[in-house]
Amino acid sequence: MQSDDVIWSVINQQFCSYKVKTTTQNFCRNEYNVTGLCNRQSCPLANSRYATVREKEGVLYLYVKTIERAHTPAHMWEKIKLSKNYSKALEQIDQELLHWPNFTIHKCKQRVTKITQYLIKMRRLRLRQEPKLVGIKKKLDRREAVRERKALSAARLERSIEAELIERLKSKAYGDAPLNVNEAVWQAVLDRERGADKTKGKDTEGNLDLVDDETDEEEEDELEEEEGWGEREFVSDLSGDEDALSDLEDVESDEEAEESDEDEESDVEDEADTKKTALGKRKTAPSRTQKPPRKGPEKKARRGPRVEVEYEHEMESTPLTKEMLANW
Amino acid sequence: MPPSRFEPSTIKNKVKREEIARKLKKEKRQGKLQRRLAQAKVEADDPALKKRRQAQNVPRTLDNTREYDPSILTANPAAPSSSSSEIDPSQQPQDESAADIDSDPFAAYFSGALDPSAPPKVLITTSPKATRVSYEFCEEIAGIFPGAEFHRRPKGRGFEMGKIAGWAAGRGYSHMLVVNENTKKLNAITMIYLPNGPTAFFKLSSIELSKKIHGHARSTTHYPELVLNGFVTRLGHTVGRLFQTLFPPMPEFQGRQVVTLHNQRDFLFFRRHRYAFRSTEKVALQEIGPRFTLKLRSLRKGLPAVKSFGEPTKSLEFDNFAEGEGEETLDKDVEMTGEQIEEDETAEAEGKRGAKSKVTPPTQDEYLWMWKPELESTRRTFFL
Repeated sequence: MQSDDVIWSVINQQFCSYKVKTTTQNFCRNEYNVTGLCNRQSCPLANSRYATVREKEGVLYLYVKTIERAHTPAHMWEKIKLSKNYSKALEQIDQELLHWPNFTIHKCKQRVTKITQYLIKMRRLRLRQEPKLVGIKKKLDRREAVRERKALSAARLERSIEAELIERLKSKAYGDAPLNVNEAVWQAVLDRERGADKTKGKDTEGNLDLVDDETDEEEEDELEEEEGWGEREFVSDLSGDEDALSDLEDVESDEEAEESDEDEESDVEDEADTKKTALGKRKTAPSRTQKPPRKGPEKKARRGPRVEVEYEHEMESTPLTKEMLANW
Repeated sequence: MPPSRFEPSTIKNKVKREEIARKLKKEKRQGKLQRRLAQAKVEADDPALKKRRQAQNVPRTLDNTREYDPSILTANPAAPSSSSSEIDPSQQPQDESAADIDSDPFAAYFSGALDPSAPPKVLITTSPKATRVSYEFCEEIAGIFPGAEFHRRPKGRGFEMGKIAGWAAGRGYSHMLVVNENTKKLNAITMIYLPNGPTAFFKLSSIELSKKIHGHARSTTHYPELVLNGFVTRLGHTVGRLFQTLFPPMPEFQGRQVVTLHNQRDFLFFRRHRYAFRSTEKVALQEIGPRFTLKLRSLRKGLPAVKSFGEPTKSLEFDNFAEGEGEETLDKDVEMTGEQIEEDETAEAEGKRGAKSKVTPPTQDEYLWMWKPELESTRRTFFL
């Protein structure tokens, strides 16, 4: 029944499910194979007398099969536990495989060596701290990138930084003689404060105050001339329009804070363009021609009021920075 | 059934359809413009009207509809949420949390126990096997923190983050930053407060170095001012305070440099500017750079854990195998502790340097907070 040659001829010539064919060499996938090669000597199927070494959960076992047990596949392999001591294990193999072919003994010993080495390496790696590898989750990354972009446009970094700095300047966080402020500006701050103290008494002037504030903002560039024509400029058609439009744009951009900055800007430009063309066609042209010299400064100051309105709100709600600065 | 409203899309002729559609669109646009102009005219006469409209017309954003979670001490929505303030104990509704903040690891910095003019020593290093990208970035951030020093990460084993942190703490560093890189892309930064933590781990993104920023300013060595915007929760305060302690307590205002860490929806935007006050209402800002964005991924209580003390592994020996494996590891533990004791003794011998007792990193990480995708179940939940 048991004929090694028949089995080997089938395996070699016809088919073996454990065989892995490559161009140079054939390998064996059978777990009991000592060498891992597909050849007559190391085939665990075609040898009725065979010995191999296997490792289970860190323990080495010598597996021996003999022709006497060939008829009971359940008991075919004799399993012998090998010592943890390498040299003792080798001695054990020598004893167990006494009078066996040299090839088997040698290959078993080689396999013991190899397994002990990889066990040692495994333990060493387990003890050492290895970098933790984390998978890349593309979907999460993409989502976060989008949220970051939206958060950035909602943050309005420059504006919030400016507001904070102004707040610090006005709350005198920089001390009484600040090193980082122009004298003129610092004087203006002091003047303003004095003015605020004076007007505190008169509650009825709230509205007027507001107007004053805004004119101030518009005349940042020409502080000297401010008394002369500031108010008139504010009343005029054009500047009023622009103010309102910019405010509306503010609101819009608030609503659609999700949109990227560039989008907003392009929107603004579009609107401005359409408005200009519209104005050109209709009869509002004369109002434009009334005061051509003012166009320059107005355009410059156009950004100003947009920023300002925000400040007023924020300043009321941020009284804490002074203390924070004091902590420094 | 005829449609209630005329739709140009029902016209079959393409040219006509387009023409009509364009006309309708233009009418609509013009109508809107006219409405706005009229409104502007009215409001120009009566500024109070405009104020009222602006007060009423507050858009709903993720920021002002943020979910309130008392367990993480989110800022109460009843309180003004736009406050750009940073840590201020008196503002906290709970006295307990104020006391908590006062007694956190950063308290020494804020109580003024340290020399206010001396910049905190910051050790900057990279992940192992760093490349040029890391080094360039490290150079940049070493320029940001006045007391920063960059050191290359040593090659070989035994230089775990926790170990390096322990050594740095022994040498008087107050912070350690580790820039992490993966396939030549920077992806994370670890901020360790020495000697006893906490350790914050951030995702790092959208980096732009100074030289990439158009029209950037040059930095000077003055200590910068700090603007920490939008840190409201307990966790946020911890992060904000951690960041604040990286800088000297007393800024040098003549440098006119301001460093900003702006928290918006848990993204921390880092910016650095030079400013000039143009008037009482206007500030000119010029960016110095770099810019980058951080997002907190985890906060650990102590230093990063070192799973095994990286003593050189023993050469291949076969004599110990008679003992069990469990015993073997035990042996190793014993050896480790033995070594530690030796180290301690040497430290005592070096006591003349006046160094504190040696800081040993823990063997187990203790996470105070860790980000998980499940945490962001709604887009209105923010943790900082």
